[in-house]
Amino acid sequence: MSGEEKGGRVDADRGRIGMWLFLSTEALLFGGLFLLYAVYRWRYSAPFHEASLELSRAFGTLNTAILITSSLAVALSVRELREGRLAGAKRFLAATIALGACFLAVKAIEWGVKFEHGLYPGAKVLSSRGPGQTLYFGLYFTMTGLHAVHVIVGMSVFGWILALMARGGVDADRPIKLENAGLFWHLVDIVWIFLFPLFYLIT
Amino acid sequence: MSGASRSGDLGVPYFSAAAGARPGILGWLGSTNHKRIGVMYSFAIGFFFAAAVALGVLMRVALMTPGQKFISAQTYNAFFTVHGIIMIFLVVIPAIPTIFGNFAMPMLIGANDMAFPRLNLFSFYVFLAGAALAFIAIFSNGGAPDTGWTFYVPFSLKTSVNVPMATFAVFVLGMSSILTGINIVTTVHQLRAPGMTFFKMPLSVWGLYSTAWVQILATPIVGITMILVLLERLFGIGIFDPTKGGDPLLYQHLFWIYSHPAVYIMILPAMGIISDLFPVFSRKNIFGYKMIAFSSLAIASVGSLVWGHHMYVSGQSDTADVIFSLLTFLVAVPSAIKVVNWIATMYKGSIRIEPPFLFALSFVFLFTVGGLTGLFLGALSADVQLHDTYFVVGHFHYIIFGGTGFGILAALHYWFPKMTGRMYRRNPAVVGWLIAFVGFNLFYSTILILGWMGMPRRYSDYLPRFASLQLFASVGSYIMVAGLAVIFLNLWRGWRRGDKAPDNPWGGATLEWSLPSPAPYENWEAAPLVTKGPYDFSGSGAGATKDEAGEARE
Repeated sequence: MSGEEKGGRVDADRGRIGMWLFLSTEALLFGGLFLLYAVYRWRYSAPFHEASLELSRAFGTLNTAILITSSLAVALSVRELREGRLAGAKRFLAATIALGACFLAVKAIEWGVKFEHGLYPGAKVLSSRGPGQTLYFGLYFTMTGLHAVHVIVGMSVFGWILALMARGGVDADRPIKLENAGLFWHLVDIVWIFLFPLFYLIT
Repeated sequence: MSGASRSGDLGVPYFSAAAGARPGILGWLGSTNHKRIGVMYSFAIGFFFAAAVALGVLMRVALMTPGQKFISAQTYNAFFTVHGIIMIFLVVIPAIPTIFGNFAMPMLIGANDMAFPRLNLFSFYVFLAGAALAFIAIFSNGGAPDTGWTFYVPFSLKTSVNVPMATFAVFVLGMSSILTGINIVTTVHQLRAPGMTFFKMPLSVWGLYSTAWVQILATPIVGITMILVLLERLFGIGIFDPTKGGDPLLYQHLFWIYSHPAVYIMILPAMGIISDLFPVFSRKNIFGYKMIAFSSLAIASVGSLVWGHHMYVSGQSDTADVIFSLLTFLVAVPSAIKVVNWIATMYKGSIRIEPPFLFALSFVFLFTVGGLTGLFLGALSADVQLHDTYFVVGHFHYIIFGGTGFGILAALHYWFPKMTGRMYRRNPAVVGWLIAFVGFNLFYSTILILGWMGMPRRYSDYLPRFASLQLFASVGSYIMVAGLAVIFLNLWRGWRRGDKAPDNPWGGATLEWSLPSPAPYENWEAAPLVTKGPYDFSGSGAGATKDEAGEARE
């Protein structure tokens, strides 16, 4: 039955096409938010400038470094798997998950600081600063929040693949699951590459 | 589901208990077989359709006479909202890609299944989950949404009813739609039989393929928009809230960036199926195959750039108005190309009037009325008068019900023998079609006239001067629903007790007619070699006539 072929090249091609189509939907999902950001940045440029000074560039830079390193780790994991070194693939994948956790931890600290300062939707401090800053932080929490959800999903998928590797479900002959999960992780990385300058650097 | 154990299933009907891994209902609910999934979708969608028709009839009962006798204004708001949400998101958007895309498309291209069978089943359950959320939203936490299916802000942020869950339901249904789209695109690229080049594909496959791209590229935008309304309701992030500096107009842009292309998700696959039916019942090759195929892609791409015509009176810039109006007129061109080609296909054909073809012919008539009234609304000056009137309601029901709805009925009557292995009765089908068609036109042409006279949409009451036409419209709607009842009762009877169907009752030349009726669990042992076009009626093969096919089975 052609729909159920296992392992063969056709199946891997199919999985790759499906994944790229899915990634395009992810790009468009964030695309809607980037569109809103662009409109509001143009309409409220001065308040956006002031609000962006509240973010910690140090934390942002740290998280960018963490996420790019994690992308490297998953790319190395794919290479190890393709070349038949399962132990190495597992090690790099575990490192990817750990780096993802570090990213989330830094993010949690950042969010915590904002909450302490009353810079969250509905807070009196933020409301008193006018519509521009309110929208800036509304977008900040929405976009970094949606991004964090994607980080969590990616880490969960990697965890599942680690379990599959232990059971022999993913190996050098069947690398497609790890390759696709890696592609997803790179997309999450790329989204952050855009979020970082838009919120932290452009002032 | 390994290949070896499957060969025993060849020739066994797809619904037979002997086929598949498990017998009984579990064999269906857990089946990744494309035909079983398509049929499961058809039952679920049929149920939702009946529910939404019932709401529509209740609204027409309430509007029969002036004054609010039966239901309150708030209940009326809930009725048109829920009618719209069910019809749009649970019936018309998913119907053709999920029912016929699943049941028929793999057979049409000579494949044994979809590219991702398990994802296919998963998307069915995501669909059911979305439907369940929508139904819970109606009965919980403040009650049914009263915003209209468009969820326009700022009203949807302020109303006390259960908008958050309804928007989340739309998000979930969108995910299901995306997964179906990904499956269809990948299947068309990867699983065509040897010799089945893109230009040998049946035009219904072109329609489904173009639609799938719109599903993939447009749906994420409405997904994020619905999530933003949800976040706005839960956390007050301010992005669409004018009291916090947000811009409600941006909501309308993001909403229609999806929801206008969604209209093409609804109509394109129906156009594809109609393009398959005209050659079969005219015994003639389709006129302008490539023009029809490319016009599907043209509609899919230009149709993604016309969303602003929903917003002429919203206060967007005049420049935007003019550009969107121009693009709107442009998108009428590929639609007209299709209509002209369908008519030209009949010219000097050997026309055979059968129920599927009656539905196809009425599709062309009703779609043309819907398309021409659309030009009124696409014109900037006329739209100021007609915006938010019954004219809009009449226009989109001519397109969506008269077009897509009759297209679905055509497809149902066309592939029914392949789905059930039985035939429905011809005469009740024709009578049901006639009643529904007459009732439809009495109903919706009156709605168009009422709109022209200034009757606003979504009002639970009206001025006395509209009374006689409102009564007339209600009577027309009852006739239409009576016709639908005849149609579906006849199909039901055919399914339970109909005569055994021949393999190729219509003399179709596409691949599914070379398979037995009902379709077998496994389509082909070895992929078929395709040497001729989908509308080549010369010679035998799938193009065998009714009599030959009937004799061959004896």
